[in-house]
Amino acid sequence: MTYLADVGTLARKDLLLELRARDTLPAMLLFVLSTLVVFHFVLPGDSSKLAATGLLWVALLFTALLGLSRSFAAEREQGVIDGLVLAPSDRSAIWLGKALSILVFLGLAELLALPAFALFFADVDGSLVAGVALADLGIAAVGTLLAAVAAAGRARELLLPLLFLPLAIPIVIGGVGASVSAHSARFLGFLAVYDAIFALVCWASFEYVVTE
Amino acid sequence: MRIRYSLPALASAALVLLTTAIALIAYVAPEDADQGLSQKIFYFHVPIALTAYVMFGWGAWKALVHLWRRDPAADLESYVAIHQGVIFGALTLVTGSIWAKVSWGVWWAWSSNQLVLFLVLFLFYAAYFMLRFSIEPGPRRANSSAVYAIFGVALIPVSFLAIRLANDFIHPTVFTSRGPQMSGLMFFTFCFSWAALLTLAACLYQVELAGKRLDARLRELRELLA
Amino acid sequence: MTTAEKYVAAAYLVVFLVVLAYVLIIAAKLQRLEREVAELSELARARKEKEPERKAVAVG
Repeated sequence: MTYLADVGTLARKDLLLELRARDTLPAMLLFVLSTLVVFHFVLPGDSSKLAATGLLWVALLFTALLGLSRSFAAEREQGVIDGLVLAPSDRSAIWLGKALSILVFLGLAELLALPAFALFFADVDGSLVAGVALADLGIAAVGTLLAAVAAAGRARELLLPLLFLPLAIPIVIGGVGASVSAHSARFLGFLAVYDAIFALVCWASFEYVVTE
Repeated sequence: MRIRYSLPALASAALVLLTTAIALIAYVAPEDADQGLSQKIFYFHVPIALTAYVMFGWGAWKALVHLWRRDPAADLESYVAIHQGVIFGALTLVTGSIWAKVSWGVWWAWSSNQLVLFLVLFLFYAAYFMLRFSIEPGPRRANSSAVYAIFGVALIPVSFLAIRLANDFIHPTVFTSRGPQMSGLMFFTFCFSWAALLTLAACLYQVELAGKRLDARLRELRELLA
Repeated sequence: MTTAEKYVAAAYLVVFLVVLAYVLIIAAKLQRLEREVAELSELARARKEKEPERKAVAVG
């Protein structure tokens, strides 16, 4: 089971790095909180709970982008990507390890964001939380691969959002639908399908993104 | 396997087919009982949309070939196919918008699943070009573009499902688009029009491909002579 | 022309215009390619003229 061991090692490395450097996660937490405050001023007085919930998803999406743009930064700055790629493990383990660590960051950010949302705007119910959880899987899977793709380019801070947002549209539809619609089960099912399809495609194709 | 064809022959075929198609649409196809003259836009709008899908699929196929067999020509072919797909996609949005205006009185309708899907795909494939311009030419760029092109075809059904869910359950539909009930003659005109547009797309694809190959050969020649 | 006719005509016109724009772009590209070929033939000619001189020097 060395594959899973490799994945675990890689994920642990990223989490430990973050624990020591403390640059990405605090930024994500502060960003999501500030965005929620801005949204209060953006929404007119008689806005519905639905509008606020929609904006929550915007906040989560952009917080995720913030974290994703940092995900390969450490490797790039240290020039370590080649070392990782040459390591004897399966390249897709790099993707899985990174995606897992992003998932942890997202989860921690949401641990702050959801209570804050409940405090500022409206109640958070089970289907919202389930939607957020499933959406996180999709965001982590697709976002990690696209972060690796964007890392090879020039204007990578610009490129990542451009590449990510069209692929994130179905995630947002699924998440918002799960949160506000009466038929949440359909949307949660859809999110599960999205996650399954794209996790598989990302896992299979990551190797090609980092090698030549 | 390189198929031996003649580009002028392909272009002539496109010319003949397109002219015949337009003649069929204007003179032969019966007018729709419900929608009247505006239904005639369908004969171009829907085949253009379908052709765009075909080009995106072709681009993804060539991308797969590039990743699996390392065929040196496949990356360029994938790029040109997606370029054609984006052109036809933009045409889909424009003709669809005109059709929406004449049918429903608005230039854009979020309730039209097909239009919204094409908007999302347009954004996705436009980002493909951002990707290609941002990375230096080479194997990294070719590989990343190929993976992205394959993501595109995975996105098409997923987005379609998502948009349909959204329009059914989140946004109440104000205008519903009924697929036109096509009589036999209408259906024949539709298929003929689609064949004509596919031939046009193939012709434009080959022309652009030939132009880009020529670019590459001239660059090679320049390096040999300098 | 009724309104419906105007819109239908506009839809087909747009397609026609896009194809024409394509032809324009190809024409511009052809011009550029012609210029490049002219430059490259100049380079090739210059090279060819240098060769016999080089041969003469080598023998001497």
